[in-house]
Amino acid sequence: MQDAPLSQDKPILAIRDLHLEFHDHGRPEVVVEDLSFELRRAEILGIVGESGSGKSMTALAIAGLLNRHALDCSGTILFDGVDLLHCGRATLRRYQGDEISMIFQEPMTSLDPLQRIGMQVEEALRIHRAELSAAERRKMAIRAMAAAGLPDPEQVYGMYPHELSGGMRQRVMIAAATVLKPQILIADEPTTALDVTTQAQIIALLRTINAEDQTAIVFISHDLSLVRQLCHRVIVMRKGVAVESGASDEVFRNPRHPYTKALVDAIPKVVLER
Amino acid sequence: MRYVLKKTATMLATLLVVSLLLFVAFQLISGDPATRILGTGATPESLAVLRSELGLDRPLVTRYLSWLLSFAQGDPGVSYVYNQPVATLLATKIPVTLVLAALSFAFMCAMGIPTGIICAKYAGSPVDRIVMVANQVIMATPPFFSGILLSWVLGMGLHLFTPGGYVSYETSVPRFLGYLVVPCLAIALPRAAQLAKLLRGSILEEAGKNYVRTAYSRGNNTSGVLFGHVLKNAFLPALTFLGMSLGTMLAGSLVVERVFGIPGVSSILLASIGNRDYPVILAIVVLIAAVIVVVNLLVDILYKVLDPRIGEE
Ligand SMILES: Nc1ncnc2c1ncn2[C@@H]1O[C@H](COP(=O)(O)OP(=O)(O)O)[C@@H](O)[C@H]1O
Ligand SMILES: [Mg+2]
Repeated sequence: MQDAPLSQDKPILAIRDLHLEFHDHGRPEVVVEDLSFELRRAEILGIVGESGSGKSMTALAIAGLLNRHALDCSGTILFDGVDLLHCGRATLRRYQGDEISMIFQEPMTSLDPLQRIGMQVEEALRIHRAELSAAERRKMAIRAMAAAGLPDPEQVYGMYPHELSGGMRQRVMIAAATVLKPQILIADEPTTALDVTTQAQIIALLRTINAEDQTAIVFISHDLSLVRQLCHRVIVMRKGVAVESGASDEVFRNPRHPYTKALVDAIPKVVLER
Repeated sequence: MRYVLKKTATMLATLLVVSLLLFVAFQLISGDPATRILGTGATPESLAVLRSELGLDRPLVTRYLSWLLSFAQGDPGVSYVYNQPVATLLATKIPVTLVLAALSFAFMCAMGIPTGIICAKYAGSPVDRIVMVANQVIMATPPFFSGILLSWVLGMGLHLFTPGGYVSYETSVPRFLGYLVVPCLAIALPRAAQLAKLLRGSILEEAGKNYVRTAYSRGNNTSGVLFGHVLKNAFLPALTFLGMSLGTMLAGSLVVERVFGIPGVSSILLASIGNRDYPVILAIVVLIAAVIVVVNLLVDILYKVLDPRIGEE
């Protein structure tokens, strides 16, 4: 656990009454219901809940990646004075990859198989910092790759995704997502597909990014022990509804909602007492 | 580089096997060319003389090897019927057919690729639906039929084109190419429709993949995602189709040459089949096989260039 950032820090992201509903299979299906929370500067916020509870949909909503045609969306996601849920796509694109980045659960398939790693890490630079020269871009990309713990970044720069392991690919994703030092990094189950050792390394990396660059992280997981190790605050979601939230130490030591209690009871004791 | 060498070796081996099989097959079905040339009334002595002149008294393998040697040097033998070297007979005809096929191929790409991209980008829109229905019809229309239709509409109706007004490339290259436009359209249309459909489907399939979501998360707009990522990936399945298309284009050329009165390989091939003039048939078929095999080699190399995952041991 780390010290929580000063609570008087004003929120950089405010989500009010977020409501997401599919209407593509005839009968409507509510996946997120009246969800409200705030993300403060430089904090790590966990979202936990069993699979299907709407965590990924919430994450995609913040990252501006929802398919708005298939969904009814209401509420607001306020960032930098703009409602990300209802603003135009062009406005959204200004923030994507620059101020708000996202990494995903599937490192094996989230990179373009035909494009060199370096090009993919640099992509946000090409889009948001068109004035940079190729050499400057390369320098920044390699710096981000080194910071993401990729050994020999100069060499990895010229490689293709299939030449890297899942853990390495997730590091590439992280390098690409943080190359512009965004204010918010959304990590949707970033370690679920990885083995335990790699998992721990990625968690440590996220902690470093948060501490060094003051990047606020929304960390989504169904693994409570990971959330407890990493997050300052936590939101517990169930069937699209936030059933409990608070400082993560507090929530895990003293769960109030029966669903949270059940989740906490399911964590092996060894992990809890660590 | 090693990959290219390996593929080239495979290609040469394929060509050898194909030519051997064709050579043997033609020998077996050809009956006795000497009798055909001299007629059934010829004496056994004169037949024997001609056979040894044609080299037909030597063993099959020897004949194949000597044929192969001279073929490789540009001399595929002498026609039984015209009493002329096959090379002379084909010299002015092969370029016409090759240009017709190559131009049709270019037309196919020029029509099929943009149509596929546009339909994928606006999938489900009225434009997409109309084009896809039209596609279905065009796909089912064979080149000889669309050829007749096109020359009727463009020729008789709009006077943009003179059916039967072929101009040799020796007379005027622009007018030669100008005459080929309509025949090429006829050959290219059905394949272009297929290509558009294939590419559209392949783009839409790629669009659902995870790397596309990643590309959007970095601030790309739809064009950025399409041209920066999706298109290259979606093009891979289309590449095999492109390679196979050239064979189809050659076959289509043979038919369409008849419809439009173009003096390519078609007329002499059909005449030679009628006359059982096997040296000519063999030369044409082996050449077509060679073109197809070389195109396949190019496709393999292109795959390797586009897809880093290929050819790694
Ligand atoms: N295209 C869709 N149509 C209808 N329901 C969907 C669609 N995609 C996802 N869902 C539903 O949304 C709910 C929330 O999914 P998700 O946010 O991925 O959950 P989590 O990430 O917490 O596991 C799930 O119950 C899922 O069935
Ligand atoms: Mg999920």
